[in-house]
Amino acid sequence: MLRDITIGQYYQTESVIHKLDPRVKLMGTLVFIISLFLGKSVWIYLGATIFLAVVIKLSNVPLKFILKGLKAVVLLIVLSAAFNLFLTDGRVLVHFWIFTITAEGLYQAVFMVIRLIYLIMGSSLMTLTTTPNHLTDGLEKGLGFLKKIKVPVHEISMMMSIALRFIPILIEETDKIMKAQLARGADFENGNILKRAKAMIPVLVPLFISAFRRANELAMAMEARCYHGDEGRTKMKPLKYQKRDRIAYISMFGYLAVLIALNVWMSGRII
Amino acid sequence: MSIIADHINYTYEIGTGFERQAIKDISFVIEDGEFIGLIGHTGSGKSTLIQHLNGLVKATSGTVYYNGQDIYDKDYDLKTLRSKVGLVFQYPEHQLFETDIFKDVCFGPKNLGLPKMEVELRAFEALRMVGLEENLYYQSPFDLSGGQKRRVAIAGVLAMKPEVLILDEPTAGLDPKGRDDILECLRYLKEETGMTIILVSHSMEDVAKYVNRIMVMNDGVLMYDDTPKNIFTHYRELEEIGLAAPQVTYIMNDLKNAGFDVNTGAITVDEAVESIMASVR
Repeated sequence: MLRDITIGQYYQTESVIHKLDPRVKLMGTLVFIISLFLGKSVWIYLGATIFLAVVIKLSNVPLKFILKGLKAVVLLIVLSAAFNLFLTDGRVLVHFWIFTITAEGLYQAVFMVIRLIYLIMGSSLMTLTTTPNHLTDGLEKGLGFLKKIKVPVHEISMMMSIALRFIPILIEETDKIMKAQLARGADFENGNILKRAKAMIPVLVPLFISAFRRANELAMAMEARCYHGDEGRTKMKPLKYQKRDRIAYISMFGYLAVLIALNVWMSGRII
Repeated sequence: MSIIADHINYTYEIGTGFERQAIKDISFVIEDGEFIGLIGHTGSGKSTLIQHLNGLVKATSGTVYYNGQDIYDKDYDLKTLRSKVGLVFQYPEHQLFETDIFKDVCFGPKNLGLPKMEVELRAFEALRMVGLEENLYYQSPFDLSGGQKRRVAIAGVLAMKPEVLILDEPTAGLDPKGRDDILECLRYLKEETGMTIILVSHSMEDVAKYVNRIMVMNDGVLMYDDTPKNIFTHYRELEEIGLAAPQVTYIMNDLKNAGFDVNTGAITVDEAVESIMASVR
């Protein structure tokens, strides 16, 4: 039941994208997101589509798997499409009862849906090709300059990696507890909202207790191994840029430059 | 009154790229009143298999029949099935949630919609059967020792008065004393109520003394299904799949090979002693 959640999941396979330095992938995701907000011409989106398609192809992650991540946000996409469709002023196309669809609204809605879908596909592509550990390593190193202004980058990334690490464990635990309570005749599906919320108590109490127990044990294990934060800590596999990372940087900034040039040429504005 | 598994298969996470077949074409019949040991290495599929028996997991193909009825029938009442086939998960003490022990044990029968009187009666009876001291009944379950907590959790399932009781590694993580307490408690339950018990374990030693039938699972396949005595004659094969026969079996086989006329089918230490004494006399 709960195992169907794919957002933030890692897809194990061999590919160039998997091997890239996490900093490159983080920057790449940022560049891709920026490119999506450049303009509203068809050409910009065609460019983004080609970029996304090439990266997906290179990543060896099945398209079906990436699209599955969209299922969780279908409602959000539909809602924003509906708002744009019905609430934009402009040239009226259709009018029935209290609804009015304008040409501009239709145009807005289509672009908004594409934007949202690409946004989610782009960012889930990053998590699918990067292990949580790698990701936080990349964040820690990539944001290392913030240490100069006393931002506890190491601690934040450590907390993040622990949190990410525990998501699948807690999901599995929830699944197990739910099954155990089902075996004792619990009913999670029938009844009104209040009854169903109450039915969650036998799941939530043991879940919290186990989360606290795990947190305690982890803290103890970390202290037993003399963990004391950032100072003097070295890495077993320090991040180092390779040739492929340089190529990736050049191609992603090339992509951004082309799209900006296109936009300037089409509309005369940078953004 | 029986459980029949008819060619069940189960595959995890179909269509995600992480597919793994956990159960491969397993069939068996479990009659009333049997005491069965289900044994297998970690990851052999035994936990998945037992979840089929009370309908928590639905087989990808094949069917399970309980008392002659197909449990996958549309109008079959799974909730009743779950009260008839009680399943105690691994580390059941992790599922305790109420403020006191008694209330926690009441959870199961209460879910069956029984009157309050009956619920409390059953809870008392279940707690008595697992041998928990009465002065503990109204304490918080989180103040108990590991072995006590586990007995409370088992009582929580017993209070539903199941006809079949399935326990997944009920002795995992307990000290020798706690382990013996639990196993003795199961033996007592068996004698007292005559219910069918399925004991899942990876330790032959634990199981050999108590059960009258052993099912061995390996990599999703039901490898052996026989009496303990016959199973242990395969002790070499069992070793290959990461299991071991009781130490007694090894000693008796070694003695036999050394020329002593002993009974290699001895399972408990007492039987072994008797057989050895008889051969040297």
